[in-house]
Amino acid sequence: MNLARREPRWAVFFSVLLALIAQVLPLPDWLSVVRPSFVALVIIYWSIYAPHAGGIFAPWLAGLALDVFKGDVLAQNALAVSLVAYIAMSLHQRLRNQTLVQQSLFVFAMLTLNEFVVFAIEGWSGHAVSSSWRWLQPMIGAMLWPFVALLAGRTHSRA
Amino acid sequence: MAVFGTSGSRIGGGRGPSFGFRFFCYAVVSVVLMFYDRRGGFLDTARYGLQAAIYPLQLAVNSPSAAWSWLQENFATRENLQAQVDQLRNDLRTQQLVTLRQASLERENATLRGLNTALPDVIERRMVGEVISVELSSLRQRLLVNRGGTHGVYRGQPVITGDGVLGQVFRTGPFSSEIILITDAEHALPVQVVRSGVRTIALGTGRSTSLELPYVPKNYDVKVGDLLVTSGLGKVFPFGLPVARVTKVELFPAEPLARIHAVPLAGIENDREVLFVWERPNHPAATASSEALAVEAPTKPVTTP
Repeated sequence: MNLARREPRWAVFFSVLLALIAQVLPLPDWLSVVRPSFVALVIIYWSIYAPHAGGIFAPWLAGLALDVFKGDVLAQNALAVSLVAYIAMSLHQRLRNQTLVQQSLFVFAMLTLNEFVVFAIEGWSGHAVSSSWRWLQPMIGAMLWPFVALLAGRTHSRA
Repeated sequence: MAVFGTSGSRIGGGRGPSFGFRFFCYAVVSVVLMFYDRRGGFLDTARYGLQAAIYPLQLAVNSPSAAWSWLQENFATRENLQAQVDQLRNDLRTQQLVTLRQASLERENATLRGLNTALPDVIERRMVGEVISVELSSLRQRLLVNRGGTHGVYRGQPVITGDGVLGQVFRTGPFSSEIILITDAEHALPVQVVRSGVRTIALGTGRSTSLELPYVPKNYDVKVGDLLVTSGLGKVFPFGLPVARVTKVELFPAEPLARIHAVPLAGIENDREVLFVWERPNHPAATASSEALAVEAPTKPVTTP
């Protein structure tokens, strides 16, 4: 299985860093409520197209960074993002052969799962201050998927 | 291995354990982390270190707005600066007039209390911190400030501005600290009405211009325009710091409690500097000790840290 092609580790690193910045950039209230999880989007991309570049560790670390950044319960995003990454990796061969629209449906399901895991942990840890607008995030994320895939695809093919 | 997924997940054959197994390991680590983070304890030190690791990224994220304000400051016109100086000079004069009689008033107060010498201020030491980032959403009202554990900032430390109470330190890193504002929906602050002495709790609403006082019975003496100060209970804030002004008192016939709204005096819109304060221990206006709390207000909840 040792392919000659180099794994795009640096591309993974920088795109996740960028996603992290986009995720925590200060935005007005109404915008930040519906801001999709860019980290999860980018992680899904790499899980499908380069599952060995970061493995489960990169998603987990990205999620942990997000937790520290946002001051959430430690490892809540780490668990959610690595779960999403794991599912995407398990199905990556099937997903690669799908069109962007078909992938968007999968992304929608994954972002909803991500949001639900975070929501459940928030509720369990007593931070249940929440807005129902958050369930709009996966929808917006799924709509952004084609753009993310095309953008990331460029860095990928060059790497 | 069937537990961790179908053979489809075993694409990593020859490259160590399958994704399923690795995910399982990370999930276990995550759950353990969450559990201990919730309990508090040794993970606090880990978080302290992680805060330091993430600090450069936080600075980077906020560099655009910082650069913008730097530009604005550097390209301010002479007229603007002159106007600002005039304004500040004016403010200083007003403040001087206000504090002119302070010494004699303190002396008078000491005599009334039967003391030989006037008490020093309850605030022993203060430190200016600069706001790095502001999060003002309905879910979280937080600030990130560039002073942390290495500067002596501690969890639960009061943070004020020149106008009144702003919030308290929620979490510290070595070089930065996170401050929860009194308007955060998870924050509660014990307050007292200056005019009538009524004590109650002011809850944050998630809006930066509004506080709620939901636990005041209808027959208590609270009016629009009343000044609220910290009551000294709750073990966080010393007594007498200005907090808010009552803006609305609603009475409903069917409800035993009044609905009271207040607007906080301190805001972070104008200036991006906050003050960390250290109170003088054993001062009469210092935060009530646990014994005093037990006697004075047995049922009052303490502020959320």
